[in-house]
Amino acid sequence: MELLRFATAGSVDDGKSTLIGRLLYDSKTIFQDQLEAVERTSVERGDEYTNLALLTDGLRAEREQGITIDVAYRYFATPRRKFIIADTPGHIQYTRNMVTGASTANVALVLVDARNGIVEQSRRHAFLASLLRIPHLVVCINKMDLVDWSEDRYEEIKAEFRQFATKLDINDLTFIPVSALLGDNVVDRSDNMKWYEGLPLLRFLEEVHIASDRNLIDSRFPVQYVIRPMSSSGMDYRGYAGTVSGGVFKPGDEVVVLPSGFTSTIAAIDGPNGPIDEAYPPMSVTIRLTDEIDISRGDMICRPKNQPIASQDVEAMVCWMSEVGSLQPRQKLAIKHTTRWARAMVNDVQYRLDVNTLHRDEEASALALNEIGRVSLRTTAPLFFDEYRRNRFTGSFILVDESTNNTVAAGMILGES
Amino acid sequence: MSYQLSHLRALEAEGIHIMREVAAEFERPVLLFSGGKDSIVMLELAIRAFAPAKIPFPVMHVDTGHNFPEVIEFRDSRLERAGARLIVASVQDSIDQGRVTEVTGPRASRNQLQTVTLLDAIEEHGFDAVFGGARRDEEKARAKERVFSFRDDFGQWDPKGQRPEVWSLYNGRHRKGEHIRVFPISNWTELDVWQYLHEEDVEIPPIYFAHERRVFERDGMLLSESPHIELLEGETVFTETVRYRTIGDMTCTGAVESGAATLQAIIEEVAATRITERGATRADDRVSEAAMEDRKKEGYF
Repeated sequence: MELLRFATAGSVDDGKSTLIGRLLYDSKTIFQDQLEAVERTSVERGDEYTNLALLTDGLRAEREQGITIDVAYRYFATPRRKFIIADTPGHIQYTRNMVTGASTANVALVLVDARNGIVEQSRRHAFLASLLRIPHLVVCINKMDLVDWSEDRYEEIKAEFRQFATKLDINDLTFIPVSALLGDNVVDRSDNMKWYEGLPLLRFLEEVHIASDRNLIDSRFPVQYVIRPMSSSGMDYRGYAGTVSGGVFKPGDEVVVLPSGFTSTIAAIDGPNGPIDEAYPPMSVTIRLTDEIDISRGDMICRPKNQPIASQDVEAMVCWMSEVGSLQPRQKLAIKHTTRWARAMVNDVQYRLDVNTLHRDEEASALALNEIGRVSLRTTAPLFFDEYRRNRFTGSFILVDESTNNTVAAGMILGES
Repeated sequence: MSYQLSHLRALEAEGIHIMREVAAEFERPVLLFSGGKDSIVMLELAIRAFAPAKIPFPVMHVDTGHNFPEVIEFRDSRLERAGARLIVASVQDSIDQGRVTEVTGPRASRNQLQTVTLLDAIEEHGFDAVFGGARRDEEKARAKERVFSFRDDFGQWDPKGQRPEVWSLYNGRHRKGEHIRVFPISNWTELDVWQYLHEEDVEIPPIYFAHERRVFERDGMLLSESPHIELLEGETVFTETVRYRTIGDMTCTGAVESGAATLQAIIEEVAATRITERGATRADDRVSEAAMEDRKKEGYF
């Protein structure tokens, strides 16, 4: 059974919580005690029907205010796949939340209210999904029951969205007309929309092909931890532990270690259960080499003829995620990229991107909370990176404020500056 | 070749990655171990993450003194086999030192008192990273918690002020006196845990399997007869074939009627069941809808 991570984004009113509640409920993931708690609360609040949205509103403040704070994770499984939902609210903190929830997603699910059509928020969510390179985007056109199950309305919204999507970098775009409230096209095919020939949402999530979304070409292994048993057994073992971040590694492969540039050959690869024949993303393994060379955390093992960019000058799209301060030229921050920490200085903010209109404001010189822009950085030590569009593991980084230790920004690398 | 990883292998890889990240970046990590299935999975991941070396941090049990004896026996034998160093933080000691006051009466439970003992032990040993076996599917408040969950000097969790957590780039930076709770099996569900234990043939305490036990009914739960719990009027002890879905204190952990004697049978039962494990078997979570949220803010597991 394969694991699929998907991120949902939407506002309070477009029925996102109801849709997730419906997926969980109809796939029989909701337990009786949870449902009873929701039914009780619905009655207390005076809701007319069992409010499935209450299933996903976790914290007391959210239940009281009727909004969703931050990212919540939900789990369900069908006989075909196990699903992890990162449920992100669409209100004011949308950008930070969506980046947090969607950074590892295979699929992004954007909700559109069929009555309102494409609104600013739909565009913003689609843009963030493309910026984060989520491989598959599903647009659920919801509340079809409130537009008389109209195929014309569906086609109209679809055309408008496609028009906007041409400006974005989206590989795979799918539209599904649904009614989260009534369950049409969520798990089962809708009897009210026989004109729709595609899959219901759950079937789509079960079938969408995600295996080739990983980078299996550029072999990348950031060394995370060196395993060197200190025991009297006389065993001579030196292994480099880490997570395969690209490509496929096999015993016998010739490799090069960065930054030293030493070459060696893979003697063996140990998986969680003993030696294995090959390692690919996102496996956690331990690599042993035929030569004793000095390797430590933060080094990168790759193939001699396919190396990442090694540079101290990084060009990236950066999202500022902190209420405190802003990203400005000359600012110094800690940077974590793969397993490597360094310090980084902001050279320049080239432009700020309006996430609603995609307009580039080249006058901007700083990025505040939830703002995204193109930034160049200079780091104290070289980083070994790829473009984010080629590799999400080796193309991403975080920036940390050295005085508060808070994570203040997320970055997606465009290249060497 | 499809290079496909099964969901259990993907979850295992994620957990191992998190453990290695902590071992590499922290000075004094510790792994909380109760002898329950979630902490058994954590221990298993720790063994695999660092093999053939030993686990590079100690294991700590917050001991209420109200344990199932079978679990303590299992704890000691399992940790000895793993070559892990055990630290016991005792709630009884906290009571004896006057740090907390024993709750008395037939409904007394030491569950709440554990938080003080846990925080005192973290302070005493100077732990800067504390591995916990919490899963996000267990409870609504946990569904919102990060894998690296920052705690201030008081051990408090601030749900609204959590650090953004993106990709697998965990930020464990902290000042002295603060610490990070780390949850390597955040993304596992109850069923994943059972399936993993089954597939990997991992040993678990015998009380997880169906056995005959002297029990009594309270608040719709079957509690075990024990020296730590007084019967209320009208409660009578009877023998039933039961097993445990979760393991906590004898005073607040309920058994479920079940004939499941193998992991396969348990998995079939869990897959078919309609009540969450905490709802079915934990009196500590029944106090109010926000019971877990409130305890977590104070520094609970």
